Formats: sequence, C-alpha cells, structure tokens
Amino acid sequence: MKLPLSWLRDYVDVDLPPAEFATRVTDAIAEVEGWEVIGEQWDPELVRVAEVLAVDPHPNADRLVLATVNVGDGPKTVVCGAPNVASGQKVAFATEGAMLIDGHSGKLSKLKLRAIRGVDSAGMVLSEKELGLSDDHEGILELPGDCAIGAPLVEAIGDVVFDVSTWANRADLLGIFGFAREVAAVTGQPLREPDRSYSQSERPASDFVSVTIEAPDLCRRFTASIIEGIEMGPSPAWMQQRLIRAGMRPINNVVDVTNYVMLETGQPLHAFDYDLVRGAEIRPRRARPGETLTTLDDIERDLDSDMLMICDGEGPVAVAGIMGGGNSEVSESTKTVLLEVANFHPGAIRRTSTQLKLRSEASLRFEKGIGPDLASYAQDRALHLLEQVAGGRPAAGLVDAFPTPLPSPRITLPAARIEQVLGIPIEAAEVRRILVALGFDVAERGDAFEVTPPFWRPDVALPDDVVEELIRIYGYENLPTTVLRGALPEAQPRPLERVREQARELAAGLGFQEVVSYTLTSEEILSRVVPSNDEDRTGPLAAMNPVASQHTYLRTSLRGSLLSAYAGNRHHEDAAMRFFEVGVEYLPTEADLPHERPVLCAVLGGQRLERWERPGPERLDFFDAKGAVETLLGDLGVEGAFTAEEHFAMLPGHSATVSVGDESVGVVAQVHPDVAAAFDIEEPVFLIELWFEPLTRAIPERPDYAPPSRYPEARRDLALLVPADTPASALLEVIRTHRARGVRISADVFDEYRGEGVPAGQKSLALAVRFRADDRTLGEKDVVRIEQGLLRRLDQDLDATLRA
Amino acid sequence: MLVTIFVPWLANGDRKPAAPSNPLAPQSRAAPCGRQTRKVKTPLALHRAFAFGDWLLSARLSRSPTYNFTQPMSTIEAEIDALRTEALEALTEADGEAGREAWRAEWLGRKDGRLTLRLRALKDAPPESRAALGKSLNELKATLEGELEARRDSARADALAALSADAALDVTLPGRPQSLGRLHPVTQTMNDCIDAFAEMGFRVFEGPEVEWSRYNFDAVRIPDDHPARDMWDTIWIDTLIEGERQMLLRTHTSPNQIRVMEQTEPPVRVIVPGKCYRQEATDASHEWMLTQIEGLAVDEGVRMSDLKGTLYAFARRLFGEDRRIIFHHSYFPFVEPGVEMAIDCFLCAEPGSDCRTCQDTGWIEVLGAGMVHPEIIENAGYDSSRYTGFAFGVGIERVAMLRWGIEDIRHFYQNDLRFLRQF
Repeated sequence: MKLPLSWLRDYVDVDLPPAEFATRVTDAIAEVEGWEVIGEQWDPELVRVAEVLAVDPHPNADRLVLATVNVGDGPKTVVCGAPNVASGQKVAFATEGAMLIDGHSGKLSKLKLRAIRGVDSAGMVLSEKELGLSDDHEGILELPGDCAIGAPLVEAIGDVVFDVSTWANRADLLGIFGFAREVAAVTGQPLREPDRSYSQSERPASDFVSVTIEAPDLCRRFTASIIEGIEMGPSPAWMQQRLIRAGMRPINNVVDVTNYVMLETGQPLHAFDYDLVRGAEIRPRRARPGETLTTLDDIERDLDSDMLMICDGEGPVAVAGIMGGGNSEVSESTKTVLLEVANFHPGAIRRTSTQLKLRSEASLRFEKGIGPDLASYAQDRALHLLEQVAGGRPAAGLVDAFPTPLPSPRITLPAARIEQVLGIPIEAAEVRRILVALGFDVAERGDAFEVTPPFWRPDVALPDDVVEELIRIYGYENLPTTVLRGALPEAQPRPLERVREQARELAAGLGFQEVVSYTLTSEEILSRVVPSNDEDRTGPLAAMNPVASQHTYLRTSLRGSLLSAYAGNRHHEDAAMRFFEVGVEYLPTEADLPHERPVLCAVLGGQRLERWERPGPERLDFFDAKGAVETLLGDLGVEGAFTAEEHFAMLPGHSATVSVGDESVGVVAQVHPDVAAAFDIEEPVFLIELWFEPLTRAIPERPDYAPPSRYPEARRDLALLVPADTPASALLEVIRTHRARGVRISADVFDEYRGEGVPAGQKSLALAVRFRADDRTLGEKDVVRIEQGLLRRLDQDLDATLRA
Repeated sequence: MLVTIFVPWLANGDRKPAAPSNPLAPQSRAAPCGRQTRKVKTPLALHRAFAFGDWLLSARLSRSPTYNFTQPMSTIEAEIDALRTEALEALTEADGEAGREAWRAEWLGRKDGRLTLRLRALKDAPPESRAALGKSLNELKATLEGELEARRDSARADALAALSADAALDVTLPGRPQSLGRLHPVTQTMNDCIDAFAEMGFRVFEGPEVEWSRYNFDAVRIPDDHPARDMWDTIWIDTLIEGERQMLLRTHTSPNQIRVMEQTEPPVRVIVPGKCYRQEATDASHEWMLTQIEGLAVDEGVRMSDLKGTLYAFARRLFGEDRRIIFHHSYFPFVEPGVEMAIDCFLCAEPGSDCRTCQDTGWIEVLGAGMVHPEIIENAGYDSSRYTGFAFGVGIERVAMLRWGIEDIRHFYQNDLRFLRQF
C-alpha cells in the first residue's frame, strides 16, 4: 500500500525523519518496504508557489505566451510554451539556479535563464516532468487552490510516500485513517477524525430506493444513500494529487470520492447512477443460472450461484464487493447517485474473485474481513465529501439493511495471562493506555481486563490477540531474552536417520560431492531410468500447477538427477567426478500420501587424476563404485554381498545387487551406455543406489565380537582354476563355511587371471587362505590336512582345481 | 634419495637380525598368478631358536688365532699399537657404509674379527700377562668401536644435511591429488542449525514433503478462502484421494507442529528440517524449492521471552557472538503474537554505505516466529490455559546466503561443481 505522509498528517502529527518513522512502523504496525521522497531536490528559495495573474501572446512566437505571475513580491513576466496555462491558476515557479529535470534530456540540471525569442523570462513555470513527479511534459502542473502564494513548493506539495506491506487479517490498515490510529498509538500523538458532517434534504432516502437482502449469509449489511443534484466533473486538484500518490487514477468527482473514502477508511464504496437502477430497488442475491454481467472493465462475466450479485429490479448491476457493472455506471450525465456501502462475507468475496480471476482494491479489502459498522461511518464521510466536491445534496438518512447486527465480542484477559505468554507483566495503566489508543474499550474486573475490540478490528477475538496488541505497542525491545525451563522431552531413537547421516558424511569423505536436485522432474527423464514394469515407481505423482513442464513429476528415482548433474559438470571438468545425493523417492500409495523412500544415489566416472593433477590414463571403473559401497557398508558395521543381476538402465554383465544379510539394500552397476548417452554422457559412468530402510534393518544393534585369538594363524596362498562364470564370492562362501577340526578358515581374493596357461572357459583365482584355531597353534601337518579337505570340497562343489 | 638415508640403518648386520616377516614391508602384489605357491612361513619362535643355535655352533668351531704369547710385553704393546694404526687407517679409507661394514667384520666380527680372535685367545695367555694384555686389547676394541660409531654418526649427519639442502623439496608443488567431496552448503548450514538447537534440548522430527492440504493449511488456521493463503503459493498434486482429500507439496514445515503434537505429550521441544515448495517465479532471492527448519516448544511455562532467548542463542551461534536481534510485529495465522526476527547487519561497515543486504536499515530479516496459537494447542488436545508454546521457521538458504555472501539463491540447486566445491 502506498502511504503518503502528507495524507497521514491529516489525522496525526508525524515529525520523525522517514527512516526513523519506517523503523517505528515496521517494529509495531506493518512492514515498510521503502519510501520515495517527493520534492527532495526542490530548493525552498528557488522553487515556489505562484499565481498566474494574466496570460498574453508572445510578440514574436505563435506557440509561446507571456504569463504574468505573482510569487508574493510583485508581478513577473515569464515566457511559457504550455498550452494549459491560464490566469487564476496556482503554479510551480522556479528562478535561476533551481535544480530541475530537463524536459528533453530527462537529467537533473541547474536552471539557466535566457531570453526566448527576444523576451526575457523572469523564471519558469514548471511541468510535472521538470519537477520529477511524472513523465508528463505536455503542460504545466496546476497546484491545489489552497497553496499559499510565495510558499516554498516543497512545503506546499512535497511529500514522502511510504510503501507498506500490511497483513492478511488487517483490512483496517488498508485505510490511511486506520493506519494513522496505529501511528498515534505508537507515538503517543492525538488522533484527528475526518469530517463526517453534511446537510440533508427533507426527502428520505427510503423514498428513492428499497433494499432487500436475499442472501443474508453472503451480505451482512447493505447501506444505500441518495445524493441529488450532482454536478459531474473532475475532482479538485488536492484530491487528484492524493489519489495519484496513493496509486489510483482520478476518474471523476463521484468515483474519486468513493476511492478516496476507501483509501481513507478501508471500506470500499460503490456509486450507481440512480437513474439507471431499474425498479428503484436493490436486491443482493445469488446469481441465477446463466446470468452474466459486463463489469466496468468491459469484460462479460459468467456467474454462478455461489456468487453474490447486487441486483436491481431486473438483474445484476454489480458483482458484490468486487466490481460494478457497466449498466449502472456513473457518467457525465449522472444527476443522482445511489451510494452503496455494504459488508460481505470475506470468504465468499475471495472465492468469487478467485473464480472470476478478478482482483480489485475492493475485493482485497473485503476478503480480509471488515467490521459491518464501518459502512455507516464511510457513508457519512463520503456524503460529506460529495457535498463538498460534487455539489450534491444527500437525501435524509440511510437505507440500511442490517439483518443481524453482531454483538461486540467481550474478551476477558486475565492479567496473569500477559505474563504467562510474554514472560513479563505489563502494568495496568499501560494496558489501558495502549488499548484505548487503539480504540478498544477496557474495564478492569478483579485480576482481569474486560476488553471490547472496536468494530474495525474483527481480527481480535481471543485474549492472546489482545496480548499481541499490548506487546507490539509496548515494544518488543522491552521483551527480555530468557532460557527455556523445564524438563526435556524423551529422546526418540531414530536409527534410519542416524544411518542416513552417517552415510552422507562418509560419502563425502570418500570423495563424493553432495548435490541437491529439484525433486520434480519430467516423465521423459524418469522413463529413461525407471522400468515401466516397476510397480512401485511407475505412475509418479504429478503437480497440477508445476512451475515449469520439466518439473512436473515427483521423482521415483534419483538416477536422472545425478546423471544430469554429471553431464552438466562434464562441460567444465576434465577429470574423474563423483557425486551423490541423499533424498527420497516419492512412491505413489493407494489412497494415501506417497511413501517417501529414503535413498542414497551416487554416480562416478572419468579419468583418475595423476601426480600432476592431470587426468591420467586410468578411468574409474566398476570396482571403484563397488569399493565405495564396501567402505560405506564397512563404516556402518556390515559387510555387503554382491550378486550379478541385471538392472534396468544398467549394462548387463556389469551390474550387481548389493545385499546385507537377508536384505537387498542396493545396486552397483555401470550405467548402460545408451542411457548415459541419452543424458549426453559419452564415457563409462557408474552408479550406486542404497536404500536406507532395508539397510537400517540389516544393521545389527551391536557388532558380533570375539576376542582376538591368542594363537597365530597360518596362511597359504592358493591358485585355483574354476569355470570362467564362477563368481569369486562362491569360492569364498565355500571356504567360509568349511568346517574342519575346529579350525576357522577365511580367504581373500588377490588376483584374477585368464589367458596363457589357463584353459579356455576357465579362469585362475588367487586366494590368500588363513587358518586359525582358537585352542592351539596349527602345525604344518594340521594345515596341510585341512587344506586337502578344503580343496576336495572346492572341487566337488565348484569344480575348482589347484593350479599346477 | 630415500635409499641413501635408510641404508646405514638397515645394514647393521648381526646387531639387528632381520625379522622373519616384516608386517609393514610392502607385499609383493599380484605375483604372476598361480605360477608360484607361497610356502607357509616359519613361525617366529622357531626362527629365533635356530639363529641362536647357529651362532653358538660357529663360535665353537672357530679356530684360535696365531698368536705368540711368549713375546715380551713391550713387543706385544708395539704390536697392538701397529694394529691400532692399521685398523684406524683402514677405517679412514673405508668407503661408505658398505666399506665400514666390511671393516667392522674384518676387525670386530663376532666370529673371526681380527681383534675378536685376539680377545678370544686371551684365555691361552700366561696368567701373569693376561690382565695387562686384556686391558690393552679391550681398550683397542673400545677405541675401534668408538671410532666406527663416530664415523657412522658423521656419515648420517652428512646424509641428512644433504637431504635437507641439496634434496630440499619445492613445497609449493601440488600435492598428490586425492578425491575430495564436500557436503552441500545447504546440508552444512542445516547441520549447523540442528546442532545449535540440539544443544538447547531440541529433538529432531521429520515429516512428509507431500502433505495433506488439511495439515498444511486448515490445521494451522489457514482455511480455504482466507487471504493468508496468498502468503503461500502452492504446488498442488493433481490426484484427489477419495474424491476430496487434496495433496500438495508442503509450502512450509509448519504442518509438523500438528503432526508432532498429535504424537506426543508435553514437554514438546522439536525441530523439523526439510524441503518445502512454492509455486512462484524464481529470481535472485526466490526459489521454488526451499529448505526450512521448523522449531516448536510447548510446555507449561514457555514464554515469548524464551523464544527470544532461544533465537538469540541461535543467531549468535550462526552469525557471530556479537550479534544482536530484534523482533518486529508480523502475522502468521498459526501464532499469536507473531513476529519476524532480524539480526543486526554484519556485512555493512556503517549506515549509509549502500548495503545490498540490509538496504541500509542495519537489520536483516532472518525468520518468522511467534507463540503457538491457543486454538492449535487446544486442537492438539492440550489445555491452552496451562500449556503455552512457541514456534519458528528458518529458511536455510537464506542463512547460507548470509553466512557466505551468496548473491543468488538459484545457485543452490543447479549442482554446478564450480559453486559447490567452494563450501
């Protein structure tokens, strides 16, 4: 909202510099987002108010005139080219040296006077552009008639216009008078009410029109007044100037008065041409099927039965609380005005304006909730102004349809509640002062305050609402800082989150850069990485109103995000890259919120850096990915098993399922080159996925422990020939489970070899096998015997033979 | 380079018998597969025993020196002098550690060093001269050993000096590259925020990102048709559940106030981190995906001054010990009173310096907060006359932008390494 300081000062004195005023307002009332100073560059000596005494032709130029002006020290002659200069006007007048905006270049420059077409000019009569008020350079600015001749212009029309953001529940702050009340409460200055006096003719308004509310649930009050003898025309300069500064466009005196009173009080008003209201009656009712109305913006509106219409004897003349209809608009020929000031259900106004996609200054106020009593207040103020500026003569009284006036709520605020909520007491006298300044009625009853909020504050309904009024005016700077007391809540174990955060830290420690991607993606990207037969992950949830089409679907896999990040960075990174993200897959669930399945997804690939930080000949490969998984799992205290298994979008033969115990916990694989290519990745790239739910289940509460053996282990290195498709893990599993004379056997693979010396269809695996007994040191003979048994078992189970 | 310094220490011959198996020595990796099978190593104890026996055996077999004890003592003395001279000259000429070691073996070797043999032969000397002879020989032995040690010390000092001088490193050369990963700046900032509140006893709770409209709006007092809905432009899910239940991407973490209170009894003291979403156009300070942390404390005796104290501690922890905070009036439907908290600007040196961050106000708005609305307390089944609470919501990106001076919020989710690796 635009808040011109000059207008505010009608109701309350403000002496603070703009910055300090802005701070005080922001602390207690509403947020000041900025301000504009009007007339900052106008020198009080050099730019002043003048009256035009006469206008004569220029002897040497058709397009120029000689204006005689009075600046308070005798007539002066000025050469002027403006078409609208006329005697009797108050104008802005500058003399040599004044800082003005150059009409042609638009730059601030110092006024230098010179003779124009042979006639000396004593100064310059100024346009809005030259004063920096607008871009209007067609004619001179005409000042309000009450400006004092010779007064510095900055005193006459200088101003500060604040840009204020108010709250969704405070329609009263959208009225400058309402704002002034708050300022008065904050600064302790007295508040001046606007003049609401007017004269009335004998004939009662009810002779002119009847009002029947047919939808009292939507229309809480409807007041109508009648003003006869209207002289349509422009509103006076002072009113136009205020409307413009507040951000509205002047239309004519009647419409300007309705807008002026709305800006002043926060109560929207609407003026009808009485002679266009058919049947001398007003019926606020729901729209009927098929009804339409062409609103003032010349758009035909389709209406529905939830919308409240203002109707006359024949049909709709306005969309209630939002915009009038063209069929009853005031115009140059209007003689009698029917002035509507009503109160509507806030939610209904908002629903209708949303449905019609029509927001107006009126609807913005109504939807926030306005007290019904404000209607008659605004009527009085508008009638006062219409009498002043439109020559109108109000008919006697209002036609006031107010089916069920709401009783003022009485709120009991125990004094102790103030301290209970805030942590500090506020003295009774201060409570009274604050509330009275804000317009509340306050009575003390025992240890409590009986508070009645004023009609313009329907937002205040509970004791704590009153506490807020108190502390914001009392000042949040007076609130001390204290420390929470009392018992701490019990800690809940969060095993999954602990595992997730541990994995996140370790992934970074292993050289993976964490990324965070948009969680909404496109169907195309998802289809590249999620198989269409994966029941959990197909049919992703979609946004009804996505910010962009590539962010429509909630991802059911993180793969696309990681591959996109990899591809995007490849443009400027030469060497190996490793990325990971911890997020959730949004898996659609029947009749419920989606299952947000937590996962770690990582991608890696590219040339390993060599000694001199240059990409070397060696590329990251499957075993870099697998090694990372092994370390991650090892850090979590478990050992993973890797089983060759095909996965969608992964290269067959280079793809494994990771499991821990009985739980399948993830995938490690090379991304299928075709899929990689679809993401613009033209090199081998590897992927890791680990799901935290099964992983957390698979992690034992505490690790298995055995004391270190007191006896040394014996080690034998074996080279075994096995069929080429036998996984090393099968050998290790046989060895691990082989039992012989209480000896534990374990083994590691330390080489795989195919080629010369190994028959086709076979491979040689080198194993370091360790033998250990818990009760004795194994002798050479022991070891040889156990080894023989083991070799027989390997031969039987896996067709493995000792290589010669 | 490395070898020259280590050789003297490794070459101490029989003074330090080589360990049977050095666990730190690099294993010969991937010996041509299967072409050899390693033998089971001899256990340490056996090896030691064998070595000792061997030495005894060789000592017993050593021959006596050709030494004539019938000569007069003076002649023997002269002979010892000549021996000393010869030995020391030979030591001077000994080349390098190998030469020194050969010299040591020749003169002081345990088995058949020239001096060793003479000492061993002392037992055959006539008893009357044995003491004097022994003294001389032992003096000679001490001299030779001392000289050898001095030579070795000096050689080691020379080698170290050469390593420090001639072989000095250019320490400005790049280190051997290691793979470096970092946590995302939003994660780092979130962790710092969580730590700050955890220290004050707040537990962590998480709730769903896809949320019911009822929790996101209605339950926190933002009914349909209320203009407060304009404060949160919403991304809606296009599926209606049971024809009426509407899902959305949560616009804030505040629905978790309700979820937490539904599940627990006071005292409540939680923080809820997580992603939120807004249907809005992006610019340098607006992003449609956000990260928030919600705070909630409900108990008997929770006061607004506690809120101020809690947020003060948080602000000092995140932005520096000398931070100041202020509250100003604000409106959120789910709190009463409602405030925004600002911290004093630590980026601009003085007012009037055209500070981009605080717009010269000296204050930077950081978060929204307030006392939990009594209706929300009641709806959770708590007695609002007994229990009070506070709540707050922090935008993590905003905190991260302030701490690092990041100028554009859109950097966070572009996943550009050139941005990410700076944190």
